[in-house]
Amino acid sequence: MNDMRIVERDVDTNNVKIAAKGVQVHYGDTHAIKDVDVEIQDKTVTAFIGPSGCGKSTFLRCINRMNDTIDIARVTGDIRIDGEDIYDPRVDPVQLRAKVGMVFQKPNPFPKSIYDNVAYGPRIHGLARNKAELDEIVEKSLRRGAIWDEVKDRLDAPGTGLSGGQQQRLCIARAVATEPEVLLMDEPCSALDPIATAQVEELIDELRRNYSVVIVTHSMQQAARVSQKTAFFHLGNLVEYGETGQIFTNPEDPRTESYITGRIG
Amino acid sequence: MTDASLPASSDAPHRASLMQADARTQKRKAAEKRFRMYGIAGIATGIFFLIVLLVSIVSSGMGAFQQTFINVPVFLDPAKLDKNGNRDIEDIKKVSTFGYNPLIQDAVLQQIEQADIDTPLTKRKDMKALISASAAAQVRDTVIANPDLIGETVTFRILAASRVDGYLKDRVKREDVERDKNIDAAHLDIVDALVPLGVIQKTFNLAFITGADASESRAESAGIGVAMIGSLFMMLVVLVLALPIGVAASIYLEEFAPKNRWTDLIEVNIANLAAVPSIVFGILGLAVFIQFMHLPQSAPLVGGLVLTLMTLPTIIISTRASLKAVPPSIRDAALGVGASKMQSVFHHVLPLAAPGILTGTIIGLAQALGETAPLLLIGMVGFIASNAPDGIASGLLDPNSAMPAQIYEWAKRADPAYYERAWGGIIILLGFLISMNTLAVILRRRFERRW
Repeated sequence: MNDMRIVERDVDTNNVKIAAKGVQVHYGDTHAIKDVDVEIQDKTVTAFIGPSGCGKSTFLRCINRMNDTIDIARVTGDIRIDGEDIYDPRVDPVQLRAKVGMVFQKPNPFPKSIYDNVAYGPRIHGLARNKAELDEIVEKSLRRGAIWDEVKDRLDAPGTGLSGGQQQRLCIARAVATEPEVLLMDEPCSALDPIATAQVEELIDELRRNYSVVIVTHSMQQAARVSQKTAFFHLGNLVEYGETGQIFTNPEDPRTESYITGRIG
Repeated sequence: MTDASLPASSDAPHRASLMQADARTQKRKAAEKRFRMYGIAGIATGIFFLIVLLVSIVSSGMGAFQQTFINVPVFLDPAKLDKNGNRDIEDIKKVSTFGYNPLIQDAVLQQIEQADIDTPLTKRKDMKALISASAAAQVRDTVIANPDLIGETVTFRILAASRVDGYLKDRVKREDVERDKNIDAAHLDIVDALVPLGVIQKTFNLAFITGADASESRAESAGIGVAMIGSLFMMLVVLVLALPIGVAASIYLEEFAPKNRWTDLIEVNIANLAAVPSIVFGILGLAVFIQFMHLPQSAPLVGGLVLTLMTLPTIIISTRASLKAVPPSIRDAALGVGASKMQSVFHHVLPLAAPGILTGTIIGLAQALGETAPLLLIGMVGFIASNAPDGIASGLLDPNSAMPAQIYEWAKRADPAYYERAWGGIIILLGFLISMNTLAVILRRRFERRW
């Protein structure tokens, strides 16, 4: 851990984007998330770290209600985005997910063309009035996904034919195409090689200018490299949450210290 | 941690040389070898029986595709066919096939005299044994279609009697003829003499593929065409009903239905339904569609409905399997960009599952095409002796038969000529099944996508 490169960055704003209070998640009889309180700031990269099975992915999936698709999952507590309770019965998860984009662990482009992959979200949400506008959105999204230069000549090629790193950046482009405000990333680099990882990490830093990014990662170096805020989860509890630099250099909780120094996990 | 530091015991099993297989290894190798042998023996037995089956089907059935015809110039005597001489079609229609028989028999007799064959059979009615009972109808149909032919001598290719046909196909033997009331050895002598002259000829029999069934005594004119139409109508009904219902039910059960005790129960029952004997579906169809709903008997619509019930479990099971095979990451991806459940299913999951669904459907259809038992119960064994354009078997509600039911009917009949036709029918049915299964394989190959 000595070679850890901690980028000191100022947190741009202090606006709270996502506020969670007393969140509990049960999978059947398993209590997966225990009473988590966290406030995630706008235009910030927040990293969730912790050992496997600690609930960090589960909590991430609460933020865009992807847990709704799991029959046995039960979420209680209060999660607000811009002050609105996303678990309110009036909230349609479909609308929520357009606002809160998600990138998954394994690159999962649709088995369609690169263009259609990116255009799918804008199409179903009616973001473009005509083909020209759609083209524009696709180009803008692919540029934001830092993959435009690699694919601009073959937008009709299948998205599944790209390399792993390109596929993941395509998935990021697809996620930003619906103009979300929050981007959730569930271990986006775990299936990528170091070079592709570096590209995606660079991209995440770019994305911070427009979005609030929440990233789940197993790699503490990655958390240290890309995030401004870090939350450490352990056995379903949020153990510690604070500035990344502080978590990695001067953790308050002994469990955090044990984890980042490699004694538990 | 501590065990590893113990000294390895001296009788450890891995001390022997690697060059020599120890007893355990030899035993395992022998077991594997035995298992391979069983497998090869099983496959070889299977291939052997398949070859026996195919050879026997083809050798017994090919005869049905050939038929013996007599080429004779028939004088269409106006004195017999149009007594008033005014060519009035109504009058001509009044002359039944009985009026045509003497003309044909005279024509054949004339051929024998021309060929100068020495035979004791010199009377007109002796010719009856050579000519099919359908021949008169054949000539009459031609005359009614074209009354101007009356008075002329027209060369017809009339059907020979089934005994003559059998003699040319080695089905009827000279030594058997003594016990046969229908034909004498003298008739066979005539046949032997007429074959080299080209008067009696064995040629390809299109009528077997396109024709209608015939009565017990006219095996030579029976065809499977009408039953084919019946099967086609039933398959249409099955396709139109079973595919959408089955696919919709599978999508609901697989993607939307909550997983609870009720859906588990339904799932188990669908799996069980697939194994229910088809005759049970026949009884169900009889009770529900015919006795309760009063739909007509022998109708392809009812047959199609029964087969739909029978095919649905197959389609549902295969559709659910192919929906399950679509990786969940695709669903996540669609939901993640804000697609609704329905959009994710119809835009992404269903297209990916389509090849599997199509394959399952075609295999279900093929299964339904070959089904006989339920059809017997709802009377899909209609005896239709006229061909489709006559209107009798042209609709979903008209009585009809189906290919397997027709084959079953033929196999039951006494005349060995029908036995041959049953095998011929099986060749056609197998042809249909093989082409449907090939289509299923091609569709799967073509549309299968990798991700």
